Amino acid sequence: MTDPLLAPPKKNPQRRSTSPTRPPEMRSRAALGLTAAAAEGRLALQCCAECATWQYPPRDACVACLSNDLPWVDFPPQGQLLAETTVQTSPRLYYRERVPWRIGTVKTDVGPIILVHIHPDVTPQSAIHLTAHLDRAGQGVLVAMPPQETSNAMDAPLMRELTADPKHRRVLLTDARAENAPAMAKALKDAGAAIIFMGESESWRPYTARAALQEIGVEFMPLDVTDTLSVQTLAGEIGGKTDILINNAQFVRPGGALARGDVGFAQNEMDVNYFGMMRLAQAFGPGMCKRTADEANSAVAWVNLLHIGALANTPEYGAFAASQSAAHSLSQSLRSEFRTAGLRVMNVFSGPTESDWFASLPPPKVLPQSLARDVIKGLQAGVEDVWSGDIAKDVRDRFRRDPKVLERELTFGGDGP
Amino acid sequence: MTRRAPASYNGVVLTAPFSTPYQRYSIDTAHHWIARALKGSLDSVGLKKNQLDGFSVSSFTLFPDSAVGLTQHLGLSTRWLDHVPMGGASAGVALRRAARAVQAGDADIVACVAGDTNHIDSFRQLLSSFSRFAMDASYPYGYGGPNANFALLTDRYMNEFGATRADFGRICVSQRDNALKNPRAVMQKQLTLDQYLKARLIADPIALFDCVMPCAGAESFLVMHEDKALQLGIPFARLTAAIERHNAHADDPMQLRGGWTLDRDTLWEMAGCTPLDIDVMQTYDDYPVIVMMQFEDLGMCEKGEGPTFVRDHDLTINGNFPHNTSGGQLSAGQAGAAGGFIGMVEALRQVTGQASGTQVKDAARALVTGFGMINYDRGLCTSATVLETGVRA
Repeated sequence: MTDPLLAPPKKNPQRRSTSPTRPPEMRSRAALGLTAAAAEGRLALQCCAECATWQYPPRDACVACLSNDLPWVDFPPQGQLLAETTVQTSPRLYYRERVPWRIGTVKTDVGPIILVHIHPDVTPQSAIHLTAHLDRAGQGVLVAMPPQETSNAMDAPLMRELTADPKHRRVLLTDARAENAPAMAKALKDAGAAIIFMGESESWRPYTARAALQEIGVEFMPLDVTDTLSVQTLAGEIGGKTDILINNAQFVRPGGALARGDVGFAQNEMDVNYFGMMRLAQAFGPGMCKRTADEANSAVAWVNLLHIGALANTPEYGAFAASQSAAHSLSQSLRSEFRTAGLRVMNVFSGPTESDWFASLPPPKVLPQSLARDVIKGLQAGVEDVWSGDIAKDVRDRFRRDPKVLERELTFGGDGP
Repeated sequence: MTRRAPASYNGVVLTAPFSTPYQRYSIDTAHHWIARALKGSLDSVGLKKNQLDGFSVSSFTLFPDSAVGLTQHLGLSTRWLDHVPMGGASAGVALRRAARAVQAGDADIVACVAGDTNHIDSFRQLLSSFSRFAMDASYPYGYGGPNANFALLTDRYMNEFGATRADFGRICVSQRDNALKNPRAVMQKQLTLDQYLKARLIADPIALFDCVMPCAGAESFLVMHEDKALQLGIPFARLTAAIERHNAHADDPMQLRGGWTLDRDTLWEMAGCTPLDIDVMQTYDDYPVIVMMQFEDLGMCEKGEGPTFVRDHDLTINGNFPHNTSGGQLSAGQAGAAGGFIGMVEALRQVTGQASGTQVKDAARALVTGFGMINYDRGLCTSATVLETGVRA
């Protein structure tokens, strides 16, 4: 078992902050398959389509039969730790500042020999359970965990490097008025977040959820994501202690271009959903990027709540979906911009949520509690992409099968006279 | 499938062993070091570079050049050219190819040279671009480089065969004794077993004195026909046997044996002798565990008996099993790819009576083994060579 992680002491401003360094990022193109699976919390390795031989390290041709057909398949995670070492010194700054670092050689039950990070709860030369995570460089790495769950396993320094666990971290939720705000605040509180800052626009205007939020113990902060000055002011105040930013501000109206007489709503959608994200990134991003190695309460994740229409336009909400595509595209830009600092961008895609502006759509819908649960699970696992609810998963699978077929499915015309 | 027995290396000789001094850090380039060693070899036997018609190069830090670029850089016009990027197995492989070229008449005099520079930070940069599998699947894990790889092999070997750190220490301490007689060695201070055992850990069970010191330097020798050497009136050694193997035993979960085990019968058959007939052995020694494996895999003892072997033998120059007489890489330093040549060049000195301070008395037959290229979790290249006295200095 691991000792529980204690709340970090107040930062001593006279001490040097650890610089945001990273483990090696370079990979071959083939190896990015491991990263792609780990980015959504899966462990996958290449398995030859012709002879079913598992491959590792990632290859361009099968080691057994030379076939080029090497799809990534979910991998049976059982194995045995054959040997281990604790690295005490490394030419790489990231590891130099984090040694001792335990690594080992695992013989997996289905064949491949894998070099892994080893969780401290693993017993030498024993059975292990293999998992895949993204490291601080945003690349997939393999971790040997104990075969049975142990207490406080995620509190180990290794796991804090590989995840974005809200425990002891300070979180900014950008919109108190969003339907999901109370559920989100509650889930963060339960996950051990130290402080929940709650952005609140037009505080003179009452809303029903405020009492519930107050009871959870959030700290209300004036924030209007459509107002650059407001965003900058708040960043000046709490930017230096925002460890996780969850952007739940969203403007939604139904309809595509023809259903609306003008571009008014579309401008609102872009202003909140796209420019809002950009304003937040410009105000909070640089500060968060400088604090990604700040011990237990380091800046660790940037979370966007996106509608699945970001992937392929959902015509009933066609104009809104366009703003989601814009936001999604910006999130990819942010990934690239935050990469050097190791700050993770997590996108949470959902279908229609249980909220006023999606009321006209049939079920299934995503409940605020389910969305909140998926956000927390995603942070705890340290993934980049979360698919919340059945519709998001369904659209994702169709999109991956054939984006053009999905587009045609989604853009059915009604029957004429 | 039965293998055809390889043709004899009859008529092939090695001459002109030359080692540059080793230097911890150098502001010069690999080109500089390689040129120095080549000149050293040629000068030692009174040859001009335009008399060379074959050239073989091993180096990690020549980029963006290869052997081709070196021909123009050094003003060589050869009719046979080779680049052997096989790290610790380079000398055996380079020699094997050069020998066949000389036998076939594709070249008359081949210079085999290995050398690298070592700038501050160049070791770190070399690591980061070493191999694709290392980049994808080993360096992201703690970035311990070869230290970490060999720590894992050592850990497994210790558990499997009951080797202790003191057993490995015997190898390191006796090589340091040898190095004290070699003025070119980087390490010039006595090392005791106690100091070895108390050294700071690098990647347990690997500690400071299990690791080589990366440095700059180069090693060189010439390969030619015996008639040529006789005509020149220079000391030479005969090549009697040579093997190489790559990516052997791929199904072994961890490397507890090397490719030598597949080819050693061929080696001893070609050499016409047994392991007991060897007067001096030069192993590839970037970590002591791999030395033990070479003792086992070449037949000096059975698998798993490496620890007993080193307890029962004195590995110093005047001992009953003289081993890595120049101090090896552990004490003389690892000059990049020249680390793959240090044993060959020293063995050539030994059997031609040119080893001065490190000379083993009457050494007439030497075994040189090579091991190289930790591509992912294990070394992929192995080589072994037997040299015999031709004409002593």
